[in-house]
Amino acid sequence: MDNLPQIVTVLFQGLPPTVIAAVGGIALTIVLSFVAGLALLSPRRWVRTISRIYVEAFRGTSEVVQLFWIYFVLPLLVGVQLVPLFAGLLVLGLNHGAYGAEIVRGAVRSVPRAQYEGCVALSLSPTQRMWRVILPQAVVEMLPSFNNLFIQLLKSTSILSLITVAEVTQRGRAVLVPAFGDDIVLIFTVMLLIYLVLSVLITTGMRYAERVAARKVGRRPSREARAVAMTTGAH
Amino acid sequence: MPLWDWGYAFEVLPQLLKALLVTLEITLLGSVVALLLGLLIAVLRQARIPVLDQVLWAFVEFIRSTPLLVQVFFLYFALPRFGITLSALTVGVIGLGVHYATYTSEVYRAGIEAVPRGQWEAATALSLPRSRTWTGVILPQAIPRVLPALGNYVISMFKEVPLLLAISVVEVVSKAQEIGSQTFRFTEPFTIAGLLFLVLSYPASMLVRRLERRRVA
Repeated sequence: MDNLPQIVTVLFQGLPPTVIAAVGGIALTIVLSFVAGLALLSPRRWVRTISRIYVEAFRGTSEVVQLFWIYFVLPLLVGVQLVPLFAGLLVLGLNHGAYGAEIVRGAVRSVPRAQYEGCVALSLSPTQRMWRVILPQAVVEMLPSFNNLFIQLLKSTSILSLITVAEVTQRGRAVLVPAFGDDIVLIFTVMLLIYLVLSVLITTGMRYAERVAARKVGRRPSREARAVAMTTGAH
Repeated sequence: MPLWDWGYAFEVLPQLLKALLVTLEITLLGSVVALLLGLLIAVLRQARIPVLDQVLWAFVEFIRSTPLLVQVFFLYFALPRFGITLSALTVGVIGLGVHYATYTSEVYRAGIEAVPRGQWEAATALSLPRSRTWTGVILPQAIPRVLPALGNYVISMFKEVPLLLAISVVEVVSKAQEIGSQTFRFTEPFTIAGLLFLVLSYPASMLVRRLERRRVA
């Protein structure tokens, strides 16, 4: 226990890269999920095909392979070496965006048909229909699944340690394990607690978002969607 | 130097396929742990035994919310301190299995809760013993319902096996890395490794999707 202050200090040094990767990855995930998810529902076949290829390629391969591919192979093909943290953030976003696309697609499709018909009857344009009627309802359904996805993403930030990003896991593995071998249990307990706290923060934020989104369409947060999210998981 | 060398690609393929077998072996063993332990957790939690129930809940939430890689490191470095020496492969199987057991326990739980109350009541009315109620009435109805969800988790587990390269398990991706660092050509090994995952997991998830559709219909 004597080494606790040092252990905490070293692990906290890894916090900025972990948080940057998680927040950046989540931002990229949200953008890609909506772009690819709506593209999956496009009336144009080629748009659907491109999106489907992206989604299946990233869902079908391992995240570690994707990370190594972007970090080791891509530079050879395009001649640009990415900063490890940025390469990691990119992979986290691309990978989870592919899962998010299916969440968006499913949620949009779950909006009752009558809502579409209502829009047509009111002669709303397709853009108005999507932005003002369909998406606000679909978002309520997708938030619990996104909560799961974001926690998966947070957990995945630990693989950035494999490409030398000095985030929490790398600090623990490369600095603390060799230095404080006798405190292995303590090191990992603190490490896991850091991730636990971060994921509780994500869940708290998402619960708040769920309430806001539900209130906007005059509903309560969807308990059903949450139950489904619990059992289907992201990966 | 060409971007893609077919000769080299075919040269490394057999080694990668051999390493893929290790990946599949870990997936299979990990699935057995995950499916059995998850079921055990779900059934125990259904009994709502005070204290044990809270402990299991905390355990599941804790494991689900923290990275598998860190858990694997923990097992790998901490177990020898307690006099337990296991091979990296065994540590990997246990790590993956326990991590995914927390997911599958939630899946089983959903399946168990979907069995109508009347089934429990009928079992009580027939004064079936507890074990017979589970094995003869509840689980045969609960498990088929959740097979697709369980299948999805087996596929995700397959894709998470490469994490174990961090504790020097020789699976596909670490093999690709090893080959690459010997020849300084990473394009072919990593691309092939990626394609191998795609070739196996895409048809598998198609199968699960079909199973899902059949259950809905």
